[in-house]
Amino acid sequence: MTKYLHVLSIGVQNTLVYRVNFLFRAAFGLVPLMGTLYVWRAIYAGKADGEQIGAYTLSGMVSYYLLVNFVDALTAVAEDDWQIAADIKDGNISQFLLKPIDYLAYRLCLYLSGRAIYTGVALVPVAAFTYLLRADFTWPADAGTAGLFLLSVLMAGLIQFFLAYTLALLAFWVLDVSTFIFIQFAFEYLASGHLFPLDLLPAWLAQMLKLTPYPYLCWFPVSVYLGRVTGPELWTGLAIQAAWVVAGYALARHVWARGIRKYSAVGG
Amino acid sequence: MKTLARYLSLYAAMWRNSVTREMSFKLNFVLWIVVELLWFALQLVFMSVLYSHTDSIAGWSKWEVVMLVGCANFIQQLFTAFFLTNLTDISEHIRTGKLDFMLLLPVNTRFLVSLRKVDLGSYINSACALAVMAYAAWRLDFTPTAVQVAGFAVMALAGLTVHYSLMFLLVTTSFWTVRAQGVVYGYYNLFNIARLPDSAFPRGAFKAFFTFGLPMLLVSNVPVKVLLGKLGSPWEMAMLAGMAGACLGVSELVWRWSLRHYTSASS
Repeated sequence: MTKYLHVLSIGVQNTLVYRVNFLFRAAFGLVPLMGTLYVWRAIYAGKADGEQIGAYTLSGMVSYYLLVNFVDALTAVAEDDWQIAADIKDGNISQFLLKPIDYLAYRLCLYLSGRAIYTGVALVPVAAFTYLLRADFTWPADAGTAGLFLLSVLMAGLIQFFLAYTLALLAFWVLDVSTFIFIQFAFEYLASGHLFPLDLLPAWLAQMLKLTPYPYLCWFPVSVYLGRVTGPELWTGLAIQAAWVVAGYALARHVWARGIRKYSAVGG
Repeated sequence: MKTLARYLSLYAAMWRNSVTREMSFKLNFVLWIVVELLWFALQLVFMSVLYSHTDSIAGWSKWEVVMLVGCANFIQQLFTAFFLTNLTDISEHIRTGKLDFMLLLPVNTRFLVSLRKVDLGSYINSACALAVMAYAAWRLDFTPTAVQVAGFAVMALAGLTVHYSLMFLLVTTSFWTVRAQGVVYGYYNLFNIARLPDSAFPRGAFKAFFTFGLPMLLVSNVPVKVLLGKLGSPWEMAMLAGMAGACLGVSELVWRWSLRHYTSASS
């Protein structure tokens, strides 16, 4: 176990190098968010006072986007998928096959440390921005909701990681995985509720999307926070999310096992 | 005239090189087009979801906004076709010392670093963006006059110049910071607001900055407004043209200044 603690600390040290880059990334990322929020304000301005869109008031909508931004900082994969694909292509994983260290656990440690640092840095602009919009920002109803939100974010992070990991493993079979990563990301952007709350879609479509893991990456944790899913719906949601974590893990292990048979250690 | 002909023939040679390069990875070439089309479709889906809950956003109807998104994408794809990869490569040229070699060649270095590679897939994507604009015009039951089309073309060119100059200016900073990856990512975020209707933004610091500082709110809004005859005043055209000229001028000054202070890396 201690060896993975070392990996964590190496991960922290490595990503700390990019702290300024992270700060820019987080600050620049606020620009499109502000643009989207202005458009929403313009839409609500054309409505009667207090009128709701998809059961969101203007404050609800603003909070939704701020929370998406927050969940994104906590869970998004930054460079992990590229690095994994590069490790495979350049033959770097050979050393992991020889050492008593598990590559998946190793990558997970790097992902976690990377996210910790990124969130730490991103917190500055994100908190400042949230403060500016505090009038429209809602706090969680109670400590229990906040706790469940964090649990849900943690699971979202794990699903996100397993998804990225599995996709990067395609590098065992294809030369360039970046197109696959971008295509997947486009779907994720829409289906996870990153672009807009899924409640705005026609009910049948939203229902269909909820059969995929995507809503559990973003829409679900945010809805937990906002108290939009409660009671039995909340518990089944968390159970489904946990099931996706397990499924993601199993898939990652399976694809790795298949890939390693194909692996020819080029350049290693 | 002779110089122009020489540069044109140089560019033709770069074109041939790029075609050869791209065609050695045909599947990849097609997949990248698919990626870009998906992201374009995503923006259109976003707008249509918005318009399923409202009829007008700050005075823009659904198909007008589709036209705006199409125009923003058209300009962005042209920018990618001509410049994007080249500009992102500049920091690599600096880091690896390749720039030294380019500085020695008997051509304008800015021309070389800006246009070396051609992104062919983006021509197809910009054509798709034009097709979406044409469809939106048809849905609006609108036929632009020749003057409007010409005005659109000139303004789109000005928008393209703004994107190019600003991005060029940003990557020039890699003379000092070495890593320009964050810069590229940052600029992509700016594209995002270029496709939103400018009237949705209230007067204030945000709007002022993205009009007079980084004129993202002019880049695609003005061409579409010219095309649709939606201009508030002809001043908007002058403003985009003026900003394009200013951005280009500033980027050239900074580039020259940076080159004068360039001391080469490694090699």
